[in-house]
Amino acid sequence: MSEVTVLSAARQRGSMPLRGRSYMAFALTPEPPIADWLGELDVWLRGSSGFFNGRPVVLDLSAVTLTSSAVAHLISELGARGIRIMGLEGMAPEKLGPGLPPLVSGGRAAPVETISSRSQPASPPPARDREPASLLVENPIRSGQAIFFPNGDVTVLGSVGSGAEVIAGGSIHIYGALRGRAMAGTSGNRKARIFCKRLEAELLAIDGYYRTAEDLDAKLRNRPIQAWLAGETLMISETD
Amino acid sequence: MGKVIVVTSGKGGVGKTTSTAALGAALARGGQNVVVVDFDVGLRNLDLVMGAERRVVFDLINVVQGVAKLPQALIRDKRLETLYLLPASQTRDKDALTEEGVSRVIADLRSRFDWVICDSPAGIERGATLAMRFADEAVIVANPEVSSVRDSDRIIGLLDSKTEKAERGERMAKHLLIARFDPARASRGEMLGIQDVLEILSIPLLGVIPESEEVLRASNLGAPITICGQQSAPAHAYMDAARRLAGEEVEMMIPTEKKGLFNKLFGRRAA
Repeated sequence: MSEVTVLSAARQRGSMPLRGRSYMAFALTPEPPIADWLGELDVWLRGSSGFFNGRPVVLDLSAVTLTSSAVAHLISELGARGIRIMGLEGMAPEKLGPGLPPLVSGGRAAPVETISSRSQPASPPPARDREPASLLVENPIRSGQAIFFPNGDVTVLGSVGSGAEVIAGGSIHIYGALRGRAMAGTSGNRKARIFCKRLEAELLAIDGYYRTAEDLDAKLRNRPIQAWLAGETLMISETD
Repeated sequence: MGKVIVVTSGKGGVGKTTSTAALGAALARGGQNVVVVDFDVGLRNLDLVMGAERRVVFDLINVVQGVAKLPQALIRDKRLETLYLLPASQTRDKDALTEEGVSRVIADLRSRFDWVICDSPAGIERGATLAMRFADEAVIVANPEVSSVRDSDRIIGLLDSKTEKAERGERMAKHLLIARFDPARASRGEMLGIQDVLEILSIPLLGVIPESEEVLRASNLGAPITICGQQSAPAHAYMDAARRLAGEEVEMMIPTEKKGLFNKLFGRRAA
């Protein structure tokens, strides 16, 4: 897959501003002999029919030497297989006939999930860096503030004030007093837990099962605790 | 360049205006040029506590809107010549304050005075957020009771996110002033202890002001307690707090049940 920069022109009150945009495109690189390469493509497409439907594809001709009419023929062969070519790469500009897609250059390789020959009709997720699965909060969380982190665990070094809340997809670790609300496992993670150094919470919840301050055992007040889910019951025990 | 301090609390009636006047007068008594600014547009009080209500001509809104020049609106105190008041308007509301206008006025005050002390209105709306917006440091006034402490916690969160300083990625210095502390009620458990408040808010303690009738008497006389009741316990506490605000090391005393006796509290400064 390669990244192609496309310039777009937009009309705006007499001026013609040009704006650049980057898109991701698949790059197909035919190898000689072309007939065999098309045959291999057909085999692959039988397992992944429709993979290229509606996808921007660039034809990289650097591995082959073709005349302008041969390129036009190749493009129409690909078109018959549902592959539309938006640009050509690796072709001499003078050979470019008027009926051919524009020449592109400056493409950079981008990661793409290995395309297996099994059917893969859904579009693959856009490749991007993996986000960290935990969040560290170094300051105390004050009343009225909310920390929402659906992707994983939250660690708070200070206290969580009364009227503040921490919502995490994973577990919650609080190295101070918990005076506000802590809601762990909000995206359906029943294994999430809540840990705090001192329990003065207004509410504890894991995957939607909650306890308010009123339902907390008075013996656990001001103690270090952990909370977890056993079936449909929110369990709390002292830790030290 | 002067230092801009916002006196704030979130909750009303905890002693912001009294503390603004008392700290301002205490700093001015040390010879510093001080202006106290009333941001409580529509519900102004600072002019009364300062005893300047009969001399108000122009106010903060007039200056913000460019109707009056800053020197026209400043009122010099009759007792301390380095103490000035910039009053609020009683007839307008907080919507008349613009961020651009407040920024300009604060910058102007900063160039004229050593200390610019802004008395914030209660609440967390426009008036309060604009009062803290351009501050260098904050004095958070809290009473030793749960609602006041929770509101203070909320205000500290706003100071760390909604001020210009916070947006520049800097840390705003915060000082806790515990007002209306009644040692007898605290020892009976009817009030939170100093320790509890410090633990919840976890910011350095600037001072503890004992509950006293002297404070009410001073307000009714129209004089900051640090001017008219200089020998009273709350005046002493405010004087010490002002010295700490100016960077002096002053031993922290907290009022105890026995009248006139003070208990030393070690190491509470950098909580």
